[in-house]
Amino acid sequence: MSDDILFDLKGVSKKFVKGKDTITVFDGLDMSIARGDFLAIMGPSGSGKTTLLNMLGGVDQPTGGEIWFDGSRIDSLSENQLAAWRANNIGFIFQFYNLMPMLNAERNVELPLLLTKLSRSQRKKNIAAALELVSLSDRARHMPAEMSGGQQQRVAIARALVSDPKLMLCDEPTGDLDRETADEILSMLQLLNREYDKTIVMVTHDPEAAKYAKRTLHLDKGVFVEKDLAA
Amino acid sequence: MKDLYLVLKNLTRKKMRLFLTVFATFIAFMIFGTLTAFQKAFDSGVDLAADDRLIVLNKISFTQVLPIAYATRVRAVENVEAMTHLNWFGGYYQDPRSQFAMFAVDAENFMEVFDELVLSDAEREAWIDNRQGLIAGRAIADTYGWEVGDRIPINSNIFSQRDGRTDWDFDVVGIYEGEDPQTDTNGVYFHYEYFNETQSFGGDFIGFMAVRTSDPSLNETVIKTIDDMFANSPAETETVPEKAFNKAFIEQIGNLSLILTSVVLAAFFVILVIVGNSMILSIRERTGEIGVMKTLGFTSGRIFRMVLAESVLLALIGGVLGVLASGFMITLINSAPIQLPVLVLDGSVWSQAMLFVVALGFITGIVPAMSALRLNIITALSRS
Repeated sequence: MSDDILFDLKGVSKKFVKGKDTITVFDGLDMSIARGDFLAIMGPSGSGKTTLLNMLGGVDQPTGGEIWFDGSRIDSLSENQLAAWRANNIGFIFQFYNLMPMLNAERNVELPLLLTKLSRSQRKKNIAAALELVSLSDRARHMPAEMSGGQQQRVAIARALVSDPKLMLCDEPTGDLDRETADEILSMLQLLNREYDKTIVMVTHDPEAAKYAKRTLHLDKGVFVEKDLAA
Repeated sequence: MKDLYLVLKNLTRKKMRLFLTVFATFIAFMIFGTLTAFQKAFDSGVDLAADDRLIVLNKISFTQVLPIAYATRVRAVENVEAMTHLNWFGGYYQDPRSQFAMFAVDAENFMEVFDELVLSDAEREAWIDNRQGLIAGRAIADTYGWEVGDRIPINSNIFSQRDGRTDWDFDVVGIYEGEDPQTDTNGVYFHYEYFNETQSFGGDFIGFMAVRTSDPSLNETVIKTIDDMFANSPAETETVPEKAFNKAFIEQIGNLSLILTSVVLAAFFVILVIVGNSMILSIRERTGEIGVMKTLGFTSGRIFRMVLAESVLLALIGGVLGVLASGFMITLINSAPIQLPVLVLDGSVWSQAMLFVVALGFITGIVPAMSALRLNIITALSRS
């Protein structure tokens, strides 16, 4: 595997058993994601976008095939090993932000750092840097309910990048935002990709959102159609 | 420790639910602390009874009297170290409804037999020298405001004097303390001679005798000697160890231990349902958040421990506050002008309560913690 390849999926299959029926989502899927890529995955509902994102994020396991990340195979890791792997390598951004409602912005951002051995003072420094990056330093003590959707998603981005992950996985990150705010969020993701070399995989229904990515893969019934949209 | 903040935040996120759940736990542990103190107080009559002390009663019933002549003969029995006799007086002070434990006793030997009652030498001498003198326990003296030097009238609702009066005049010459915090200090003791010479029911009878043997291992021998001595007489005796006597006396009220345990168990069962239900609801509402935490990299085991810690902490807050409140209740009860054994909230009650707190926390937390442990990330995120 080339050093430039961060993710490599080889012959991945994913099947769900529902009663007597077996639903095949992927059957022999091959895919590579290079370091520094900003990949948008589009497709109609039921095409397998979220299932693919879940497998990339190690929250779901393939039925067959291999998933390699940074030279290590992850599809055979145990639940606890996968949890540690996610904590060390992946930053997640969800459509509905998924912030903890009882924690203020900085405490939400701190969550991934609780899985590290950093001291409280070091954690505070990292939190401040992450909030600064998303221009929310002045909202550090605000509760999620006191912030707009766009601000909450920026907090979620800060939470995703605070532990400096190799990969950021975004599931419809602008699906709950108006156009203007969505553009702000996407610009921020683009900045993280270009300036901070973060590898980003984003699932979206929105063609406008996909334009911010370097390339877009169209998924339909578990099969890719690649279109290079990078300028 | 890093997770404690999260546990606390989760615990306090719904203030009203927290208050109600803590309040329910608080009530249960207040009941537990107070009733356990009661049970211990009643049990202390048995626990604190001396191993080398025997009670000699009329074999027919402890309400039947014995001739005073028996006292001299019992005192002469081999291995009897000391002996005093006691007559229930049925005394009350001012209020006929508030009768207390007042006995006419053999004052000279009384303190030899009941050496857990602490009286200064000067007070003891003053008592022996004054035939109208009485000694009162700290609890009852405080209840009625008696002090050494007071001259007080005490009525009997059983006996009367030869001139028809039912009140006797006494000098308070000593106030004794208990050697142990739970030693009953509600008793009042005065000279048998004063009683015997003034009461109108005919004299020279005693209620029962308290005997101290030279060694507990000789109790059986002494018991046999005494009872054999009075066998086939008009007033046969039954001699029993003090512990057995106290136990039988308490059991006359009913099986207090069973009653108190039943009340406490009922309270705990209710609390188990309330807190358990509250915890299950609380965790169900957080399904999505638990899914997010697992996605971020929190292991299922760590989340399991956090949920369990939350449950234990919830029980701990209510439990500690409840036991503290029971301490307050006990202080109030002890200071109230009612004749009750001394209630004590000691370390054993606390440790028992803390054991129940932890058990309650674990039992109410285990179901939601297991749910959180088993929660699949994809299912959790889809629910949110």
